[in-house]
Amino acid sequence: MQDEKPAIERLASDPSDRKRFLKAVGGTAGAGAFALFLAACGSDSKSSSSSSSTGSSTSTQQSTAKTGTEMFGSGDMGILGYALTLEYLETQFYADAAKSGKLSGKTLAVAKQFGSEESEHVKALEATIKKLGGKLPAKPKAKFPLKDEKSILMLAATVENLGANAYLGQAGNIENKEVLAAALSIHTVEARHASVLNTVTGQDITPDGAFSKPATADEVLKAVKPFLIS
Amino acid sequence: MSGKEQGINDIEVIGHTRSAFLVRGALATGSLYGAGAVGSFVTRAFAQGGAGDIDILNFALTLEYLEAAFYKEGLKTAKLSGAAKKLATEIADHEQQHVDAITQTIKKLGGKPVAAPGVKFPFTDQKSFLKLAQVFEDTGVSAYNGAAPMISSKEVLGAAGSIVQVEARHAAAIRLLNGDNPSPAAFDPTLSKKQVLKAVKPFIAA
Repeated sequence: MQDEKPAIERLASDPSDRKRFLKAVGGTAGAGAFALFLAACGSDSKSSSSSSSTGSSTSTQQSTAKTGTEMFGSGDMGILGYALTLEYLETQFYADAAKSGKLSGKTLAVAKQFGSEESEHVKALEATIKKLGGKLPAKPKAKFPLKDEKSILMLAATVENLGANAYLGQAGNIENKEVLAAALSIHTVEARHASVLNTVTGQDITPDGAFSKPATADEVLKAVKPFLIS
Repeated sequence: MSGKEQGINDIEVIGHTRSAFLVRGALATGSLYGAGAVGSFVTRAFAQGGAGDIDILNFALTLEYLEAAFYKEGLKTAKLSGAAKKLATEIADHEQQHVDAITQTIKKLGGKPVAAPGVKFPFTDQKSFLKLAQVFEDTGVSAYNGAAPMISSKEVLGAAGSIVQVEARHAAAIRLLNGDNPSPAAFDPTLSKKQVLKAVKPFIAA
């Protein structure tokens, strides 16, 4: 991190528009990850730099503004910092939701269980970054709208679906096989959470059908931006 | 006859305790980087050695064939109703799409897709069907998570990721229906190819 301010603070104070994200995500949902994949295979399966999902390709072209996971560092370290930032946010979201007094019974139990699983992800990612000699990203300051049970569960579903697709978006970019294995084992837990929350909010368990759609770091960071306090 | 139960028990035990531990262990301890490090954990936990992407895809295809056949037969003979029927119908469609996509991919890569295995499933009603569905989906998640780090092509890895996320969503939904914890661990366990093949062997007709 060469910049003076931590990545998450730069993001929080970045004025760029959220609409672009919504358009980008909504616009390509129909295409499906597999279709893209098959197209890529047709040409050359080894041309691995086709990882358009990093957002890092942008930063190689424009050397000034770092985007995507590179905001948090280069390569795997950036991806780990990015993942940890998302897990910090998820953990805080569930903690705030559990404390809000708006949840009770089964929904409170779910928030507590999922929150505790997210905090295990936090611990594991922190330990990994430290072992690799990296610096932990700044904990984001966030505020979530916690009006009532229904809206909290809807937001939880959004957060988990996004979280799962965020991990999916990075799978192909991770160099270290052990980091990849760990990311995958977290990825499917986020997917389980998303499935439960989609079920209780009356949404389809698989919003993208038979093939989940990866989200780029830029898309994900733009989506969480409204919750960040600068 | 006891082999059937044995297989299922094995995945539960090995999957939910040992592998979860390995993942956390790898994260929390020791030199992650470096040439040697890549070998140790991954090889020990998952690797079948030099499998190659086409072999991994054929392994995945066998599982998807089993799952697709399982739901198809369940919809015909397990007397499903209500939420179970609705979910099984949706999942059956997904598994068939996975079969088709993986078959196409193997062909594109110049490989030969394996044939669909003969199958035999021991369910008799909705309850036993859903119990077995849970085993299939959890095993599918752990199988993909176990094999994925050995995939060389980033595109194949991305595709496997988009499928395993769907399998995990299925697993959680079925667990909810069964009244089981939909997310029993913070880290999904992994299974080696050998463990998976042993677990599904009872359902493959000779």
